[in-house]
Amino acid sequence: MLAFVIRRVAQSIIVLLAVGLVAFSLFRFVGDPVENMLGQERTQADIERLRGQLGLDDPFPVQYWRFLSGAVQGEFGVSYRQGRPVSDLLVERAPATLELAFVSGLFALVFGIGLGIYTAIRRRGWLAHSIMTASLIGVSLPTFLIGILLIYLFAVELGWLPSFGRGETVMIGGWSTGFLTGSGLKALILPSITLGLYQMTLIMRLVRSEMLEVLRQDYIRFAWARGLPQRAVYFGHALKNTLVPVITVTGLQIGSIIAFAIITETVFQWPGVGLLFINAVQFVDIPVMAAYLMLISVMFVGINLFVDLLYVAIDPRLRVDRTTAAR
Amino acid sequence: MLRNNFARAWHSDVGYSFRNSPVTVVAALFVLVLFAGAVLAPLVAPYDPFDPATLNLMNGFTPPMEANAFTGQLFWLGTDDQGRDVFSAILYGMRISLFVGFSAVLLAMVLGVTLGLIAGYFGGWLDSIIMRVADIQLTFTSILVAMLIFGVAKGLTPPDMRDEMAIWVLIVSIGLSDWVQFARVVRGATLVERGKEYVQAARLIGRRPLAIMFRHVLPNVLSPVLVIGTIGLALAIIAEATLSFLGVGAPPTQPSLGTLIRIGQGFLFSGEWWILFFPATTLLILALSVNLLGDWLREALNPRLR
Repeated sequence: MLAFVIRRVAQSIIVLLAVGLVAFSLFRFVGDPVENMLGQERTQADIERLRGQLGLDDPFPVQYWRFLSGAVQGEFGVSYRQGRPVSDLLVERAPATLELAFVSGLFALVFGIGLGIYTAIRRRGWLAHSIMTASLIGVSLPTFLIGILLIYLFAVELGWLPSFGRGETVMIGGWSTGFLTGSGLKALILPSITLGLYQMTLIMRLVRSEMLEVLRQDYIRFAWARGLPQRAVYFGHALKNTLVPVITVTGLQIGSIIAFAIITETVFQWPGVGLLFINAVQFVDIPVMAAYLMLISVMFVGINLFVDLLYVAIDPRLRVDRTTAAR
Repeated sequence: MLRNNFARAWHSDVGYSFRNSPVTVVAALFVLVLFAGAVLAPLVAPYDPFDPATLNLMNGFTPPMEANAFTGQLFWLGTDDQGRDVFSAILYGMRISLFVGFSAVLLAMVLGVTLGLIAGYFGGWLDSIIMRVADIQLTFTSILVAMLIFGVAKGLTPPDMRDEMAIWVLIVSIGLSDWVQFARVVRGATLVERGKEYVQAARLIGRRPLAIMFRHVLPNVLSPVLVIGTIGLALAIIAEATLSFLGVGAPPTQPSLGTLIRIGQGFLFSGEWWILFFPATTLLILALSVNLLGDWLREALNPRLR
C-alpha cells in the first residue's frame, strides 16, 4: 500500500517536471520575449536593459531553475500583452472558472446519477427511452453549438436568462463570487448546463449500465426475497455498489471540465481563466500560456493521483491485490 | 473490372450489413453529397465568396429564398452582412473543414500507427517511453493539446506569414493531438501478432524488423485503424470547427465551417438567424453522418460480432 502510494507520487512529480520543462522552453524559445515586450520604438539600450532585468543572458540550467522555483511560488513573469504579473491575472480570474466548474460538476453529478437510476429502474418506460435517445444526440453536438443553442432559446427567444458575463459579483476577501446575487446566480445557469451536459450524459449512461449490472446480482434478488422496501433495495444496496466507477470517471472528468471551460467561457464571454488562455493563444502571450499549462497540469496530475488513491481506499479488493502483487 | 470489384464488395458480408442498415445508408448518402459539394465547390457554388468583385453590399442580409429588395437577386440560403452568399460560403468552408480534417487524421494515423508498431514490436524501454507519453497526453484533453500546439506554432511563424500558415498549423496541431488512440490500438494488436508463427517465419528467413513491421504485421492490424480513422475524422472536423470558432483556427480570409459559425453568432441577437443556422446545421449533419458510418464500420469489421 505504502509502496504504491510512493510510486504514484514519484510518477506524478516526474510528469510535472517534464511539463515544467516544456512550459519553460515555450517561455524561453518561442519568439523573443524582449521583442514581444518592447514596442516598435525601442533603442538598443532598452533591449540590453530588459535582457538584464529578465536574466535572459544567464545559462540555461540557471534560467530553468529560476523558472521552476518561481512557478512553485506562483510567479510566472509578466504578461506580454497586459503588462501585469501573470499570477495577478490568474488569481483575479480563477474564482469565475472555479465557480463555473463547481456548479456544472454538481449539475452533471446530480442529474447524471438521478437520470441514470431512473433509466435503469424504468428501463422499458417511454420516458427512459426518450432520455436515452436525447443523450445520444447530446453527445454528438459540439459544446459550442450547445451553448449557442441555449443562448438562442433562453436569451434571444424567451429572454429569461443573460447570454454573457457573470452578472453582479460580490468580493469576499479577494474572491469574487456570483453566488450571492440574483443576477450572478442567473448568469451561472446557461454556462453550467453547457459545460456539464456532456459529463452528465456520460455519468448517466455509466450509472445506468452499472445499475443494470448490479440489479441482476444474487444479493439483490436475496434483498427482494427478504421483503425489503423498494427504496432500500435500490438506494441502500444497488446504488452503493455502482458508485466506485462513478467516482473514478467523475474525478477524471474534472480535468476535461476545466479544458472545455475554455470553449464555454468564450461562448458566454465568461471572465475566467479559460478566456484568458484563449486570448493568450490568439496574441501569442507566452507567459500566460506557460502559466496556464503549469496550472492545468498540476490540477490534472493531482486529480489523477487523488482518484487512484481514493480508489484503493474505497475498494478493499484492490488493496489486497496490490499487496500480494508487491510480495 | 471496376464493376466486378464493386459487385464483389456489394455482395460481401460488409456489403450485406451495409444494405441492411437504413441509418448507415442515409448517413453514407449525406456524406457523399457533402463531400461532392465540397470537392466540386468551384463548379457547384453559384457565387465565389472570396472574390470581392462579385460582392455587392446592397445584397447584405438578404433572407433565404427571398429576392433582394434592391438588386432582385435570389440567394437560396440568404446572405451575410457583406452580401456574401451563405450557400457558397458553406461549400467553400466545408472544403477547408474537410481538407483539415482529412489531413489531420492522416497525420495522426501515420504517427500513431508507426509509434504503435514500434512500441508493440520492440517492447522494452521504447514501449514504456512511447506509452507513458501517450498516457500523459491522454489525460490532457486533445482539444487542449491542439490549442497549445497551435499557440506555440503561431509564436514560431513570422507574423506576416501567420494567416497563410494557419491552415497547416491547424492540421499539425489537430494531428499531433489525436495520435494516441491509433498508437494504443496498433500496439495492442501488434503484441498479439508478434507471437504468431508467420512473424517468426519472417524473422527466420532474415527479414529486417522494419520490413516485418510494415509488410507483415501492419496489414493484419489495419481494420481497427480504419474504424478509429473514420471516427477520428468526425472528431477532427469538430475539433477544427471548435478551434476556428474560438478564433484560433482558420483565418477570416479562408473561413471554415467553424469560422462561419463564429461570424454568424454575431447576428444571433439582430434576427439574421440564417447566417448562423445553415453553417451550424451543415457541421452537425457532417459530423453526425461520419460518426454513424464509423459506428457501423466498427460493428461490420468486428469478426466477433458476426
